Order: sequence, then structure tokens, then C-alpha cells
Amino acid sequence: MNSATGLPSVEAIVIGASAGGVEALLSILGPLRAGFVLPIIVVLHLPEQRRSHLAEVFARRVSLPVQEASDKTPVVSGTLYFASPGYHLSVEQDRSFSLSLEDRVHHSRPAIDYLFESAADAYGPSLAAVLLTGANRDGANGLAQVKQRGGLTIVQDPQEAQVATMPQAALDIHQPDHILPIRGIGRLLVELERIAC
Amino acid sequence: MERNYSGERISEIELRLLIEAIYLKYSYDFRDYSGASIKRRVSHALSQFECNTISALQEKVLHDPMAFMQLLQLLTIPVSEMFRDPSHFLAIRQEVVPLLKTYPSIKIWIAGCSTGEEVYSMAILLREEGLLERTIIYATDINPRSLDKAKQGIFSMENVRAYTSNYQQAGGKRSFADYYTAAYGYAIFDKSLCENVTFADHSLATDSVFSETQLISCRNVLIYFNKKLQDRAFGLFHESLCHRGFLVLGSKETPDFSAFGNQFEPLVKQERIYRKS
Repeated sequence: MNSATGLPSVEAIVIGASAGGVEALLSILGPLRAGFVLPIIVVLHLPEQRRSHLAEVFARRVSLPVQEASDKTPVVSGTLYFASPGYHLSVEQDRSFSLSLEDRVHHSRPAIDYLFESAADAYGPSLAAVLLTGANRDGANGLAQVKQRGGLTIVQDPQEAQVATMPQAALDIHQPDHILPIRGIGRLLVELERIAC
Repeated sequence: MERNYSGERISEIELRLLIEAIYLKYSYDFRDYSGASIKRRVSHALSQFECNTISALQEKVLHDPMAFMQLLQLLTIPVSEMFRDPSHFLAIRQEVVPLLKTYPSIKIWIAGCSTGEEVYSMAILLREEGLLERTIIYATDINPRSLDKAKQGIFSMENVRAYTSNYQQAGGKRSFADYYTAAYGYAIFDKSLCENVTFADHSLATDSVFSETQLISCRNVLIYFNKKLQDRAFGLFHESLCHRGFLVLGSKETPDFSAFGNQFEPLVKQERIYRKS
């Protein structure tokens, strides 16, 4: 715990977003400096297409290296990862990625819950989880699990979210460490990285 | 905090003990499966079996083979579809079939065939290319109930409607309905498709190679394995395949980072079609 800010020292950031998520993510991730050291792993619900262009879209607008997370490859610091459409994404105990085709959760594959729950196991208190705008209830259970394992939880202020359902569903079952507008979330990530360095 | 002296959580210890118990008692080896997925499936099983702890589930399945068979259904993933990733099957038709045609007889191994969707897809493709009569297909899986279902070849019409569109995009030459009879909301697939198919129990974790093959299809199976077990599976495939044989994988699977990375070369990389080099 950093005494000046009350923020913990984390080793990874996971983010879940659904409807309205592309814009929200660009606002948060766009300003991050090149050389940002923490890995950021994102599940963004999209229509299931064979090949997504998410990584390309974000690579043009974000200073960090961007990749689709590949099965059994290690989580590398300073990289922005996206879950592949059609596959659930998990982080293993050895901090490598695993993909799977289990049933959809909240009609979604990838599911935010899968990423958050597995990352909570892999990182424990060294994880920050951010849940953004969306029109379903995915991510609420995962966020509660992150909190239970001692991680830091952040929910986008539903009043500001393009679609309030998803952040509100998380607030219904769990009191996060921070409820923030997009700008505040961006500043918090910068602060988390400063502490981690 | 739920911690013991060594810092390992109790549920992690219980999970490892359960997996070990299943291996010792029933010889099903999940020890080198991806941890996150197994953990999720076991916690799902806890609610199905109305057990509060993994230890309680372990006691149940150790003493009751029927309970184990039920648990096995939850530990394996019978999620599949026919002509999944149509462009993959189109690439097999266009790039692999012309080369397969040069063999007088063909052996194909579909490893981890689950409830048979991949088997029927392959059989239909081979029939349309005039190869089915001279092909033997070995369709293997660890789950006997899945194999039974695969043998029956009965699929819900609701799913078959989605498969029809896949089939057409995969370069299908006929009407998909030619291959099944619809009745009571189910599609019963033409038995003659399976005349040369041998369904068999085989584990990529514990069994060895049983035949030389020209093509191996193992799609969306390896993602459930850790690196060590993936290496074992690639080793079996390499041993089974004939010189320049074909290996086709799921859309997110590759031999590239395995111990056999330089033993396979991509034929159609984007469609995960490889050749033994």
C-alpha cells in the first residue's frame, strides 16, 4: 500500500467492457504513455467474427504494443492484450494465457467473469480490475472475486457510462474500491503504474 | 484469509488431490490440463453435485463410479459444431484434398472428436470429393458417452440449421439436407457416412500412437492442455503422420511454440493447416 495515495502496488490490470466499450477504452488507454510498464488485459464484447480488427484499431490509437492474447503465451509487461472473439480468455497461475470454448456466460464469449476470476487467482492482491459501460451483467461476479482475493476494484460511474447496466450490476453485488468517471479511471491507472515502477 | 502454512489455498490443494484421485482410481489424467478451465468446471460440478467442498466431491467420485462418469461429463467439453470455421474446411477442400487424392488409401485421425460434429463434417467433405470410400477415419475421445453420441449421429435440428450455413460457406456441393433425415426436431445423419469410421477410446495424455495416418484433425482440444501435455500430443501426431502428412488444428492453436515447432510447416497458416516437415 502506498501511504500517500492509499493505492496498492499491482502487477497487472484487467478491464471488462461491453456496449459503448470501444470509446470508453480509447479514452482511458489513448493517453497512456509509451513505456507504460503494467500489462493491461481487456475483454471487450463484440459480435463473434472470425478475425477481429480490435488489436489493429487500438494499435493505431494507443502508445503501448497491442496484441491478441494467444494460448499458452506469457503475460508480458507493458503490453495491451485483447481477448480473441469467440474464445474465453483466462490467466493461469504461471501467468500465461489460456483460451477455451466453454459455454457463453451472459451470452458472451469471451466473458469478463472468466478473465477476472482467473486473474484474481493468478495475481491475488496484485491485480486491479476495471469494469466499464455495458448492457448485460457480465463482470459483476468476477469483480467480486477480485475483491475477495484482495485485489483493487474500480467501476465506471453508471451515471456517466454510455450504458449503465453492467457497472450497475456490479455495484448491486459488490462495493468497489473506486467508482469513477472515465477521466478518473485514466488518472488512476497512471498512478498505479507510478507506484508499480 | 483462507491460507495454510505454505501459503497455498485450501481449494487449490483440494483440486490437485481430486485430479490425482481421479487419475489413480479411474486412469483419467487431467493433471496437465489448463488449470483455470479445470478449476471452473470443478466449481460448476460442486453445485451440480451439491457438495460444499472439493474434498466432499472427491469422496463421492472415489466411491461411486457412476458419480465419476457424471463428473467426467462436466470435466470434458462437449461444445462443438459442424463445419466450425467454414473457411478452414474450404481450405482443406482446396489445398489438402488435391494432395490427399494422390494416396491410394487414406487414414485420418480425428483426435478429441467429442460428440462427432468434426467427424460428420470431414466425412461429408470426403464424400463430395470422392475420397470417402478409400478412407478410414479413426475418431477418438476420452469420454465414452460422447463417443456413443457421435456413433448415433443424431443432432438437434436447431443446431443443424446453423451448420447448414457453415456447410454452404465451406464450399458444400449439395443440399445439406441430403445428409440427414429430420424427425421430431432432430436430424439423423446418413449412416453410410460412418461406414469406414472407427470410434475408439483414446487419451492424448496417456495412450500412444495406434496407426500411421495421412491427416490428423485435432481442433480446439489442445487449448485445454498445458504446454507439457500439448508437447506430448504434438509428439504423438508427429509419430503417427506419414512423411509430409497433414495436421489441422483449431483457429487459435499452433505447433509454433511447442517442442515440435520446427517439425511442422504451415500449408495454410491462417486456417491452421500444417504439414509434417
